[in-house]
Amino acid sequence: MTKAPVRIKTLTIDGREVGAREDQTILDVARENHIFIPTLCDLPGLTAVGACRLCLVEVRGVNRLLPACVTAVAEGMEVSVSSERIDRYRRSILELLFAERNHVCSVCVTNGHCDLQSLALKLGMTHVHFPYQYPRLPVDASHERFVVDHNRCILCTRCVRVCDEIEGAHTWDVMSRGVDCRVITDLAEPWGKSESCTGCGKCVQVCPTGALSEKGKSVAEMSKRRQFLPYLTLMREARR
Amino acid sequence: MTIEDLRTIAENERQAQKKFQHHVCVCIAAGCLSSGADQVRDAIKKEVAEAGMAGEVLVKGVGCMGLCSAGPLVSVETEDQLFANVTPEDASELVRSIDTGTADLKHCDTAVPFFERQQKIVLENSGKIDPERIEDYISNDGYRALVTAITEMTPPEIVALMVKSGLRGRGGAGYPTGLKWSTVSKTGEQAKYVICNADEGDPGAFMDRAVLESDPHRVLEGMAIAAYAVGAQNGFIYVRAEYPLAVKHLKTAIKQAERLGLLGNNICNSRFSFHVDIRLGAGAFVCGEETALIASIEGQRGAPRPRPPYPAQEGLWNCPTLINNVETFANVAPIVRNGAAWFAAIGTEKSKGTKVFALAGRVANTGLIEVPMGITLREIIHEIGGGIPDGKQYKAVQTGGPSGGCIPEQHLDSPVDYESLARIGSIMGSGGMIVMDETSCMVDVAKYFMEFCASESCGKCVPCRTGTRQMLAILEKITAGEATAADLALLEELCDLVKNTSLCGLGQSAPNPVVTTLKYFHDEYDRHISGEGCPICKEHAASSAEVSQ
Repeated sequence: MTKAPVRIKTLTIDGREVGAREDQTILDVARENHIFIPTLCDLPGLTAVGACRLCLVEVRGVNRLLPACVTAVAEGMEVSVSSERIDRYRRSILELLFAERNHVCSVCVTNGHCDLQSLALKLGMTHVHFPYQYPRLPVDASHERFVVDHNRCILCTRCVRVCDEIEGAHTWDVMSRGVDCRVITDLAEPWGKSESCTGCGKCVQVCPTGALSEKGKSVAEMSKRRQFLPYLTLMREARR
Repeated sequence: MTIEDLRTIAENERQAQKKFQHHVCVCIAAGCLSSGADQVRDAIKKEVAEAGMAGEVLVKGVGCMGLCSAGPLVSVETEDQLFANVTPEDASELVRSIDTGTADLKHCDTAVPFFERQQKIVLENSGKIDPERIEDYISNDGYRALVTAITEMTPPEIVALMVKSGLRGRGGAGYPTGLKWSTVSKTGEQAKYVICNADEGDPGAFMDRAVLESDPHRVLEGMAIAAYAVGAQNGFIYVRAEYPLAVKHLKTAIKQAERLGLLGNNICNSRFSFHVDIRLGAGAFVCGEETALIASIEGQRGAPRPRPPYPAQEGLWNCPTLINNVETFANVAPIVRNGAAWFAAIGTEKSKGTKVFALAGRVANTGLIEVPMGITLREIIHEIGGGIPDGKQYKAVQTGGPSGGCIPEQHLDSPVDYESLARIGSIMGSGGMIVMDETSCMVDVAKYFMEFCASESCGKCVPCRTGTRQMLAILEKITAGEATAADLALLEELCDLVKNTSLCGLGQSAPNPVVTTLKYFHDEYDRHISGEGCPICKEHAASSAEVSQ
């Protein structure tokens, strides 16, 4: 059987001409060409959900902003990944995240290794100009090896997706609506009582912040290892 | 089932109804039912039986007659009389004088703009037929369009007819229906679905509920024609669980249509089969968004996903899916029956046909109306609606629910069509229309809708989840008289952010009530901030304090 021919599209990103397979997204192509687009919910190897809205880009001729992580490339597309307007929106979205829950970097286990923190630095977020919400949120340390601290969760759902798509356990999910949303294990049972959790720890490693961490780690000691994800994906593709 | 069979059923039904000298129709749709219409119907039936007139008087429960504020409504069709606020005690008077037509009850004048200015297509059977009897629907041209479509027309012909009619989606966004059908029909031969979106969630809106309660077969017929046109085999009606009567009538209707072979396998002895199922929404507003609705039917969390791919390409279980609103489907059968040119002659250049509105709030005649597109807001509110009661002044009308805007006096002469309403900052929406008078504080109104959006946000994307909450906090601060000009600037910034960066329609349109009130009623915001305070809010606070004492 002959394989279907791979179709190639050419487009420009920030004025640079790039080539892409037709099944790639703007974000894929940008990464290949070392063009930076900020993301938080996206993680290669997991289904893109377009939830954090940080990867919004401008496409010429389209009057709304498009999420790069789920927008397929098209021939002749002219993409701008940065502009005064987009940069302002991105900073505001980050600020909204910082104001939503209790992100206190100085006492956080992932201080210095945190995706949210490093993105704020990179995008030049100097302060939060929205009022802090200071919600009262619980910490669940019932699992023997891991902790979930809802104060630091940004609801990116990486844990939900890695558990469902890679580990196949679907221990994690999201409950409730709006700002009351919370990631839960099983049917909102304490993590330690979860019957579906295999204890693999993938969720902890993919979590962008200090929301999920290993027990026994002190301030700034929790750095995440994500090398396994591209490896797993590659091995699974090869077996197909 | 052939067209002749259908005619026979219709003829038998007409003969059966003709045997009765008098037809008494009692509205038993949700509005009248809540004020005891079922007891009225039973009382009239009892009176008729006791007077020995069971062979002369036909008493039937029918759907919504429109003027909900005057319910329970009872019409005596033969004398063309409509009675308002009927109670079970009135039954004997009504039956006693039925021959003379001189019942000493509260008459409802039907020669008023409320009835005369309406043009009914979607609601043509509403208030006339018994929604629980398929024969009654068939005797009013029901299912003729479906049988004609299957036996005499090809699917591409029907799609072309819909394109030519100019019908646009009645769910609010106004996407051309024909174009959507054509997209789904071109996806080749595979499993496809037709979904009817009956997850009506806007506060103050009850159009879809009335259609489903009053004339469920019309929606089923529209769906079946759509399925035939696009090549779908299965359909779902996603209706919110808060509409038990609509669900009951739909279930009955599906069973009846299946029994007559108008739904199910090999409809009209053709190769076309179509099965319809009901799915109940669990009360999430966001599930009215098509991708969230599809996720909900699939059994997943009701959260939207980015489009494209649109459901027309990849919808339910990744199959091409046609998803239309209740009212859109309700327009299909009349278009097939009367032709595209007939439909295209109604309305404006870009918005064809009629639109059903649920008129609510500070207006004399609240209820359900159907008007041709292009009518002005002033005509709807001051003529059909009968103006503002108690000698109060008109202030604003809110169209499109939490996604719409508030329209002030100066734009009342703007025609009601998709483009004109968008130009003045609101949307057509699904048909909610809430009228407000001088006793409403517009900041408070904006706060109400923001509270709704913030609590109904699914929480998936950041700007909608936390941006709406921040906006709500600012609006609360303003109404409490604690805000400054800086807060107002922050509110405007958040409006822009949430509108432009949110994932789905809920977030993208959530700022609309704030944006329009800021634009048209900025003085009210200023008054709250200046320390002078809002007289309306103060009065409300005083009266609510009185109540709590």
